[in-house]
Amino acid sequence: MAELLFEIFSEEIPARMQVRAGGELVRLMDAALKDAGLSPNDSHVLTGPRRLTYITDVETRSPDVSEERKGPRVGAPDRAIEGFMRGAGLDDIAQAETRSDKKGDYYVAMIHSEGRDTADILRDAIPAVMNDFPWPKSMTSGESDFRWVRPLRGLTVLLDGRSLDGIEVGGIASDNLVHGHRQMGPGPFAVATLADYKAALDGDGHVMAERKARQERILDQACTVCSEAGLELVEDEGLLDEVTGLVEWPVALLGDMDPDFLELPDEVIRLTLKSHQKTFTVRNEGGQLAPHFVIIANLETPDDGATIKAGNAKVISARLSDARFFQEEDRKRKLQDYHDDLKDLVFHKKLGSMHDKAERVAALAREIAPHVGANPILAEKAARLAKCDLVTQTVIEMTSLQGKVGRWIYEHDVTLGRADSLPSAHPDESRDPADAEASDLDPGVRRGEREWGEADHHAIAVAIEDHYKPQGPSDAVPTEPVAVAVALADKIDTLVGFWAIDEKPTGSKDPYALRRAALGVIRLIASNSINYGIDLSSLKLPLRRVFRDADNAIRRFTRESLPKATLTDNTVNIINEWERRLNLYGDIGRSSISDIEAEIRLSDPEPMKIEADVHADVSAFLKDRLHVYLRGQGHRHDVIDAVIAQGGDDLLAISRRVEALGMFLLEEDGEDLVQGYKRAANILRAEEKKTSKPSARPDGSRYPADGSAESGAGSQIEFGMSGVEYSADEARLLAEALTKTRPAIDAALEAADYPAALSALADLREPIDEFFEAVVVNSDDPDERARRLGLLSAVVETFHRIADFSRLDG
Amino acid sequence: MTDSPAKPASFQELILRLQTYWSAQGCAILQPFDTEVGAGTLHPATVLRSLGPKPWNVAYVQPSRRPADGRYGENPNRLQHYYQFQVLMKPNPVDLQDRYLGSLDAIGIDRTVHDIRFVEDDWENPTVGAWGLGWEVWCDGMEVSQYTYFQQVGGMDVDLVSGELTYGLERLAMYVFGVDNVYDLPFNAPGLPTSLSYGDVFRRNEVEQSEYNFEHADTDNILERFRMAEAECKALLALEKPLPLPAYEHALKASHLFNLLDARGVVSATQRPEYVKRVRDLARGCASAWVKGEKARAA
Repeated sequence: MAELLFEIFSEEIPARMQVRAGGELVRLMDAALKDAGLSPNDSHVLTGPRRLTYITDVETRSPDVSEERKGPRVGAPDRAIEGFMRGAGLDDIAQAETRSDKKGDYYVAMIHSEGRDTADILRDAIPAVMNDFPWPKSMTSGESDFRWVRPLRGLTVLLDGRSLDGIEVGGIASDNLVHGHRQMGPGPFAVATLADYKAALDGDGHVMAERKARQERILDQACTVCSEAGLELVEDEGLLDEVTGLVEWPVALLGDMDPDFLELPDEVIRLTLKSHQKTFTVRNEGGQLAPHFVIIANLETPDDGATIKAGNAKVISARLSDARFFQEEDRKRKLQDYHDDLKDLVFHKKLGSMHDKAERVAALAREIAPHVGANPILAEKAARLAKCDLVTQTVIEMTSLQGKVGRWIYEHDVTLGRADSLPSAHPDESRDPADAEASDLDPGVRRGEREWGEADHHAIAVAIEDHYKPQGPSDAVPTEPVAVAVALADKIDTLVGFWAIDEKPTGSKDPYALRRAALGVIRLIASNSINYGIDLSSLKLPLRRVFRDADNAIRRFTRESLPKATLTDNTVNIINEWERRLNLYGDIGRSSISDIEAEIRLSDPEPMKIEADVHADVSAFLKDRLHVYLRGQGHRHDVIDAVIAQGGDDLLAISRRVEALGMFLLEEDGEDLVQGYKRAANILRAEEKKTSKPSARPDGSRYPADGSAESGAGSQIEFGMSGVEYSADEARLLAEALTKTRPAIDAALEAADYPAALSALADLREPIDEFFEAVVVNSDDPDERARRLGLLSAVVETFHRIADFSRLDG
Repeated sequence: MTDSPAKPASFQELILRLQTYWSAQGCAILQPFDTEVGAGTLHPATVLRSLGPKPWNVAYVQPSRRPADGRYGENPNRLQHYYQFQVLMKPNPVDLQDRYLGSLDAIGIDRTVHDIRFVEDDWENPTVGAWGLGWEVWCDGMEVSQYTYFQQVGGMDVDLVSGELTYGLERLAMYVFGVDNVYDLPFNAPGLPTSLSYGDVFRRNEVEQSEYNFEHADTDNILERFRMAEAECKALLALEKPLPLPAYEHALKASHLFNLLDARGVVSATQRPEYVKRVRDLARGCASAWVKGEKARAA
């Protein structure tokens, strides 16, 4: 084995791309070498701002390979023989061996491919790998067509102690020269071995090429400069990762800032330093932010970094002055005074402004509130305030502070006594009277008989900050009821809205993060144990408002800019439908929506089709995401399928059923019971085929879940019909067990006690087993046969009350 | 900041040093374009000349106008009229990065004590349909230049990649001279009877232009001029033998007039993309007519 080193030297690679690029380089080089018959061993990579270096152990030559290739029969047509010779590289058919089998003689060519020198393999493999390198964004430079992340400046390939010169990629030829730190040791340094390479970079070159070592040194130095001053570094993994990709020779420096800036919220200071200056914050022994920062410079200087510290301090001071200015400006107005400004902020061009969205979310939050134990008035208020900070300077500058800034301003308002302490009639009087009715759960508060206390303001403040959560699979889930109501409403509105305008996620594309919104809904419901079905009642309200806002927005935008042709058919349908209703009923706000809907239903058999389609789609999407979520929790996919197929929109109930069924199947009883079910179902299915009665059920399930008489057996005799007598003891026993079990199961389901429902179901195990042992379903007596099939049908139906067991594996 | 002997003495000397330096790198030193532009990139010497198959190496100072950034001469960091120094080398020489670093040496930034960094920043100007990959160049955490390898201009892939360097001259000068207020910059050699500060030269202009931009600009009039510029540009492009250079001047005028309307606060958030699109269509039309002309001449 020989040592192979391959360095790609370029202008500065974006920090965020380096690690991934390193991984790709190893993967692609290993694959290319293996394809050529080599076996690279212990491959690894060095990554940094200006270089990617692949290092491995590999043979100096690939092995010779001999292969026999079977050819055509002796005497086959010339063309076949010529083709064979060409493929096997023979000049004359005499070079092939002749062998015989039962059918006669045929040709066999012995193909020897000689091994190749690894050096030659590399001359092909390196350009191939680099020409096809998967950068997330790449560019050409000068006159060349070669694409790389930034201009390529050098290549060095060292194999077995010598440099392979002249391998050309993108106009750059490999040589034995490596370049060090731009300022502290540019070189170039002539190298022939890995040891030379490391010595050159670690020594005079002043480059820490290995990322992990560099990162450790950064953290170590940063902690040291802090502790020397009696301070502590505020660690930040993301920032550490980033600065590791920005420096070749890290030097941590402790800089000073004006202590006056510490009046700013910690988050603002931390984010300003991090995002604009790639600088760490520092705290004192008491845990408060200290008036210092840690910068990771890229060089040692004769003045020990004094100039660098002073320069950074000046920029940081300017940045924090801006932040302070923005904060002061933002606080001059009450949070709710920003609400009207949201009209100028487009949420989506077909879904209206952020103001429209906030109003929709407020109405929906009020509906959801009682289901999650929140005060509807507070939820509505919080939702209306929640988006206000989007138009503040601070959030425009630092988007990731959305929510937080709103909370700060609101708390400031409360401190100054200028936040509403009574629910006032809000300025937007265009609300639907129907909505007002629905939310009138606390008439006392609505009429302003009770002043809001500290707890109410706190609930609103938390909801403003937390309503975006959870943002990802590991983000914390809000638990404060008002926050939960607003968070759910915000996400449901987003889902319904984008569905209504036909902007669903496809494949890997999900520009509006709708999968994340759906997962958010699921996690909010699961973690807070909310028994709240995502059914028509929770989707209808936002949908109706989405239609109206979409309509307004589209009128506005079509008038101003958008050609009509850019609208999707679905949107046009929605608008047409909505316009029709407006024309029919005048001002939509004046009469109750449900009255209008009732009238429309009478006048038009399919008026609600669009709403129903969107609803069904969103529900299906949520269930699909629930499936993914439950899989992530370790549940069996067939168990999840079985439960979801059973129906129902209550996401929490689905989760609990999946849990209970999963546990149940781990028990011996469970598996046996499933076998009994399958046997019953198979007999019924066979019977169904025999009577060739096609399944009429569009969902593909074979048995009516309601156990009605049109069961698959084509039987006229139904379980439970009076006067039905069972001729065998075992059948009678099963019938009795069913009669006893069904109410128990229903009661348990009603109480959402799924383990109890399953254990009641388990009582059927023995009677079913005995039935199959002793009873022949296919009796010669047609009545008896019908009775027995009816009994099996009832068994299947009973199982289906809990889950569609036919979807279980095994 | 350590005092380096190579430090220029004034704002104008800093400009002269950059011109001398880039002249020595083979760039033609052009003079500013005489129509209002929002950035040095919009000079036809960059936007149009970065297209087409001919090599082109230039450097120039370009006054840039951003009406909404005016602060009545009261903000030490913000100006509605300021200078950019622009370098365009097409095709970019292999060692452009080293040459750029050389220009920092030329204006007295001592790289043994200053931490120079190239931080990812991909540049995009939707108005002229241009984008490229590159960096912000940081000096001790402060952005001193924008460095871009153009990939597309006018919505078209470039034939040769240009390296574009943009220095914000006032900010760079404030840094080099250690001055906190732009108006305190020495405009020419300080300490002489003839010495002028940046404020002596420009403060009154900042005050008056801010008053104009924010308070007195006649929006009906400007709107009408916007339409006229747009119509003129389109007409010149619609000629049997289109005239992309004069047309482009009218596109620039439309762009500046839009910026004025914006500063006056008469453009709503929903109208904004509409105006941007109109200007973009003009600029792209000019770029594509220019390229056609260049290719016809080259053929």
